[in-house]
Amino acid sequence: MDDIYQVNIIDHYKNPRHFGDLPDFTHKGRGANASCGDMVEMYVKLAGDTITDISFKGIGCALSTAAASMLLEKIKDPDFVPITSRTSTGRQKSMVKEIMAMGEKDMVEMMGIDVSPTRMKCVTLPLRALQDILKKNT
Amino acid sequence: MIDVTKIKQDFPILSRQVNGKPLTYLDNAATSQKPKQVIEAIVNYYSQHNANVHRGIHTLGDEATRLYQQARQTVATFIGATDPNELLFVRNTTEAINLVMQTWGQAAIGKGDVILTTQMEHHSDMVPWQVLAKQKGATVLYVGVKEDGTLAMADYEAKLLQKPKLVAVVHVSNFLGVINPVAEMAEKAHKVGALMLVDAAQSVPHQKIDVQKLGVDFLAFSGHKMMGPMGIGGLWVKKEILATLPPFLYGGGMIDEVTFEGTTYTDVPDRFDAGTPNVAGAVGLAAAVDYLSALGMEAVAQHEKSLMTYALAKLTEIKGLHLFGPIDITQKSGVVAFSLDGIHAHDVAQILDREFGVAVRSGHHCVMPLHVAYGEPATTRASFYVYNDQADVDVLVEGIYAVQKKFG
Repeated sequence: MDDIYQVNIIDHYKNPRHFGDLPDFTHKGRGANASCGDMVEMYVKLAGDTITDISFKGIGCALSTAAASMLLEKIKDPDFVPITSRTSTGRQKSMVKEIMAMGEKDMVEMMGIDVSPTRMKCVTLPLRALQDILKKNT
Repeated sequence: MIDVTKIKQDFPILSRQVNGKPLTYLDNAATSQKPKQVIEAIVNYYSQHNANVHRGIHTLGDEATRLYQQARQTVATFIGATDPNELLFVRNTTEAINLVMQTWGQAAIGKGDVILTTQMEHHSDMVPWQVLAKQKGATVLYVGVKEDGTLAMADYEAKLLQKPKLVAVVHVSNFLGVINPVAEMAEKAHKVGALMLVDAAQSVPHQKIDVQKLGVDFLAFSGHKMMGPMGIGGLWVKKEILATLPPFLYGGGMIDEVTFEGTTYTDVPDRFDAGTPNVAGAVGLAAAVDYLSALGMEAVAQHEKSLMTYALAKLTEIKGLHLFGPIDITQKSGVVAFSLDGIHAHDVAQILDREFGVAVRSGHHCVMPLHVAYGEPATTRASFYVYNDQADVDVLVEGIYAVQKKFG
């Protein structure tokens, strides 16, 4: 089986991007895998249907931390298109809708590793936390 | 003396490979592996004797009934019960404790009563009491855990002054590995009029248990942690108390006479065998007990103790590794939990599995409040059984160094 602890995963775990406080956030939320002891807090600056800034804090395993770091990197990348939005009809109308449509496949692609069923909840934790904020506030 | 090489050959699963490496199974506190003697007993039951018990008078029904009764006798004797009818078959420790909560607890616990348990309980010996207390307006108190991972006995004695109706304590912690002094605790509990329940899920499989000597009132354990199949376990209840308990589940097999107006119930233990029981499970558990008895529980305990002594010496040498629970071997069973600086338990477990074929548990091991108290969301746990040896510990230790290197 391929090593899931690729250099870039370890790097994102040890040096997570967009980690820390977001002083002018408009919304925040929290997600946890209680059985693992993984916890992530998301801070979002929302302007209508657009996320203008985002950060995260929390404690977790290498996979959940790297997943959060990579997810936030993608969200801040204007060229990023989730799998579900790569259709002939083109992008979704709003960034929020696009993120809400994301799922396991997007996270697995982003990580570039083979995620086992028992670890899937680790890599989807940050996405679920973010979607939870968007669902409640948009 | 325990001959591990010979014992390993009895366990078919131990000869398989995991991720291209020989399996090193160190997750025995979660569930144990099964010797071929147990597997064959179950196969033999279904191949030769399967029938419903206590019902048909045909030959198979008779054989199955005898095997079931024999299994009860074998398991009861194993834990020192003088009467096999004091032993109820249940699915597992969790069901055993829920049975006590739903029968004795519903009748005995009332508004303002106190149930005393500990901070190191498995959720299965904590949640039922929280729920019962909420239903009845009672209070659950928790005996604290000292820094060395042992129970705070002074706190226990102080909380006994609150006159609890029940003391519910884990015999061996599945997280800290600490062996609690349940006999001494039972004596003190009885002095204030409390009954004593012991969660023996981690002790019955690993040491000689004698319910008479422990002096407890309820003792719960699981078959699958002692080489038996999943789905069968035991609840031993002191005879005088058992006689007063109402049924737990209602239906066939537990009735004396049923009319349209009402029902009378049979005597114990059948009163607690509503519906078709897990006969094959009981037969398998009895085979496991025979296997353990042949080894001798003193020898099993001694083997695990010397293995733990070896493991603790190796683990304490590892920089950045923190152990939980006592390191005093006289107070510790074959369970050791640890954390590594800067590395989450899941990552430790995953690398040990993928690169070394080592199976360990990671998470909070159903002891969440204590993990929170320690400020550790998750730990890695290795737990031994009689088929583990020093070579297994060596693979674990080699794996831990490799994990640290990967994250270094």
